[in-house]
Order: sequence, then C-alpha cells, then structure tokens
Amino acid sequence: MTPSTLRTGLPARFERPPVSRAVLLVAAMAFLAWAFAGSGLDAGKLARGIPAVGSILDRMIPPSLERLDSILLSLLVTFQMAVAGCVLGLVLSLPLAVLAADGLSPHPLVRVAARGLIALFRTVPDLVWALLFVIAVGLGPAAGVLAIMVDTIGFAARFFAEAMEETDKGPREALTALGARRLGLIASAVVPDAMPAFVATSLFCLEKATRASVVLGLVGAGGIGVELKVAFDLFDYDTASTIILVVFALVVLVEQAGAFLRRRLI
Amino acid sequence: MNDVERTAVTTATWPAVGAEPAPALQVEALVKSFPGGRRVIDGLDLTVAAGEAVALIGANGTGKSTLLRMAVRLVEPDSGAIRLFGEDVCAARGRTLSRLRSRVGFVFQKHNLVTRLSALSNVVHGVQARRSGPRTWHQAWARRVDREEAMACLEAVGLADRAMQTVGSLSGGQSQRVAIARMLMQRPELVLADEPDASLDPRAGEEIMGLLARLARDKGLGLVFVSHHMEHAVGFSDRVVGLAGGRVALDRPAAGTDPALLEAFFDGPQATERVVPLRRVAMGAAS
Repeated sequence: MTPSTLRTGLPARFERPPVSRAVLLVAAMAFLAWAFAGSGLDAGKLARGIPAVGSILDRMIPPSLERLDSILLSLLVTFQMAVAGCVLGLVLSLPLAVLAADGLSPHPLVRVAARGLIALFRTVPDLVWALLFVIAVGLGPAAGVLAIMVDTIGFAARFFAEAMEETDKGPREALTALGARRLGLIASAVVPDAMPAFVATSLFCLEKATRASVVLGLVGAGGIGVELKVAFDLFDYDTASTIILVVFALVVLVEQAGAFLRRRLI
Repeated sequence: MNDVERTAVTTATWPAVGAEPAPALQVEALVKSFPGGRRVIDGLDLTVAAGEAVALIGANGTGKSTLLRMAVRLVEPDSGAIRLFGEDVCAARGRTLSRLRSRVGFVFQKHNLVTRLSALSNVVHGVQARRSGPRTWHQAWARRVDREEAMACLEAVGLADRAMQTVGSLSGGQSQRVAIARMLMQRPELVLADEPDASLDPRAGEEIMGLLARLARDKGLGLVFVSHHMEHAVGFSDRVVGLAGGRVALDRPAAGTDPALLEAFFDGPQATERVVPLRRVAMGAAS
C-alpha cells in the first residue's frame, strides 16, 4: 500500500502528556525533596566523615587471623542457622501459600486471613522478629533460627502463592472434570507446574537467610554477628575485617551455589 | 470408589430392571449467558443415549464447548436441567458431584496435561476418579496395580514406549493420546471430547478421532464430541447434532449424511433455512 492511499494520516510519534500526569510528576518531586530534607543528610557532615572512615579502614588492614578458628566455627553456626530457619520456613510456607492462593484457598475468608498473616511476617523486619525471639527463647542461635523461619515464610509464602496462581489452569480443570479432590488437584497438577518457581524462590530464600543470619547476631540471636559486634565494641577492627571477609566469602559461595543449582534444576 | 460401589450407586439411581437405561446425558431448557449479556445457550434440549456416539457441530461461539463444560459443571448453567445417567448434575454437591464427574471422561482440545510430568504420571492421575491420596499423585509412588493399568491404557493408545517421557517432549498427537489414556484410566461410562482433533495436523487429527471412536465403541462408552471437520463428524458418530442460536438446529443420523451438505450449516444466519430440509430428514428418521 502506498502512502497516498492512507485515509487517516499518520499518528503523532509521542502523545502530549495529560495535565494530571504533569501534576503527579510535580507532586512526586516534592515528595522526594521532603524525604531528603527530613533525612538529615548534610554534605558537610559527609565530607567530615570521610577521614574517619579512612582511619577505620586503615586499622582494619591487614585483617587479623589470630581468632580465625573461632570465627570459622561461628560462621558455621551462622550457616546452620540460615539452613535450618530457611528449610523450616519453606516447609511451612507451602500450606500457607495454598491457603492464600486465589482459586486454591478453600474459602475467601481463609484466603484473606492467610494473606494477612503472610503480610505481617513480611512487613515486620527480621531484626524485630529476632529481638522478640531472644526474649521468648533466650540468647543464642535458636532465636535466630525462629526469626529466619518467620522472615522466610513472609517472603516465600507470597511467591509460592503467586507461582501457584500463575500455573496452567488446563491440568487443574482436567482433574476437576474427572472428580479429583482439592488436595489431589494441588499435588498432581499445581505443585509440579509451579516447581521451577518454587526452586528459584527457595534458593533465593537461602541466600537471603545467609545474609540475614549475620545481622541477627548483632541483637544476640547467635552466629557470627555476635563476634562482629564484640569486635567493633572492643575497637578490634582487624578482627572485624576478618569477620567481614569470611562473611563475604560465605555469601558469595551460597549465591554461586544457588545460581548453579538454578541452572541445573530449572 | 471401587467397581462394586460404582455398580451399587449406578443401579440405585437407574430405573428398575427391565426398563430402558437412563440416557447418558439429558439436557432440558438449558440457558447460559456470559458477562456482557450474550446468551450462548438459549433453551437447549438434547438427549444422548447410553453407548451412543454424537457429533456436535456449529459455528464458533454457538455454545458447543460451553455445553460440554456445563455437563460436568466446569461452567455453571443459568437455568435448565442437566442429568447424567439419570442424576441431576445441577443439584449435586461435594462428593456426589465428584462421583458423577468420575463417570464422565473429558478430552480437551488443548490436552490439559501436566507437561513437566511423565506420560505415565499423567495417566496415573486418572485413577483419582476412583481413589484419592498421595499414591495417586505420581507414578513413582502409585500402587503396582495402578501402574499396570496406566501402562495398559498407554498401550491401548500406542504410547507404552513413551511412558517415562515428559509430556512436554511429546508431539501434539502423542500428547492427545496421553490425554485419552488418562481418560481410559478413569474407566468412564461417557466420554465428552471438546475438539480433540483441533490442534493437530489432518492425519494426526483423523488418527485421534479414529482411536477415540474405536475405544468408545469397543468399551461400549457413550461419546459426545465437538468437531469442525464434517468428515469426522459423519465418520465417527451415530448422530450429528448442530447448534445455532443457542439451540439444536440440526439433528440427524450420521449414516447416509453427506459431509459436504453439512458445510451449509456454517453459512451464517441463512443456515437455518438451508438446515430445514436436513431437520426434516432427521425427524423422518426419528419417526
């Protein structure tokens, strides 16, 4: 068809934005300015802080290997906390996700309640859960495991539910048509279809739990975080740098293992 | 439910010995509208006798698939009555509905299999019409007797050698065969097939229709299938039923019907007038 045969003319490449969008943009900029103003960020303070950071870095290098044995032992406990908390959280996430998933939940009220519980677990930070569990079960890794478990549920249950909602409706419909019960339908059709998403989410949870388990020690929930806090409290910066380096190595190792498993399993 | 239980339920709900068995499917004054107010089914009446093979034809959007889906309550009707083997489907709830559904095998246009699982696992799922529990979820932990039956079903559709292949790796025709094997595993009394030949090439489509019709005939199952291939509609059924305007507009024996003549049924609003002679033939045959 030649251009001369066009009856309607070419549409504009870019449409003029409506006034409402411009107003929204100005409001967003004002909101951003307000947030920065309230945060207390001060260029002068930042400039004055740079030499102090340099001084700390200077005292961190070279890292001290004097307490490497106990640091590695704490690192192992940290990883055990992460694995135990993550696995417990993932196991509990699955039934909760079924209750929260649209089309699988037995009743809309159950779905709303399950979604509310998941939202509560997700929105309260893991550090706050750790503080609560330290009060409940005392100082040590058990509090950390419970905090990671709850944090994992908040994260994984939501993604599990979404993954199940997005599965192919066809097999579900076929099993419904042949008279299958709800549990059979979920186990036979929904879970196998959502498995790649489950594996990806689970591996990501383990990476997240490993990072979280380090911080949880700062509030007494066991693991290497306790060692890190003590090192900073005692101005033992060269030991602190050793701890940071081994934590970095662990997190990178877990992330690489996760990426490898994702490639193999999905 | 085992076979003894199924027989007990069946005989309890069917008419007494000596009477004609209840129709496999009976639809009366069925109405269904979709959001937007479009009435797809508008006072439809249809009866399918036990063991009868019926081809449903009609233009797109005339409610053929909707009718089949309503028969097992995958879609809820607005009003009217649906009876399977003499039992009211619309009144059935919970286990009663599951039991009724278990007696009807449904073959879907898009096969509706779990593509990540093996053919054997998908066929084992068919046993859920009779049993529940973790041993029906996957072939690896299924009972030996169920695995053997599933393999026999795969043999019946010529796919025993592909039992452990994932469905996703099979061709469209093979995948539809797996769906038929799952339906056989269900041990149904009536088969509803929604365009089982639609997503396949002409040869595979004809093979699938032939297989479905042969299995239904050999096992004495009722068969209601939707097809846009008039040769299939005439060649694999006892009776051709055409839907137009939400009702049955054509109902005649398949034997002696020229597939080319049925093509006139798809010529839009004028089709009804052309169909009249066909309907007269059907009425004459019925009388």
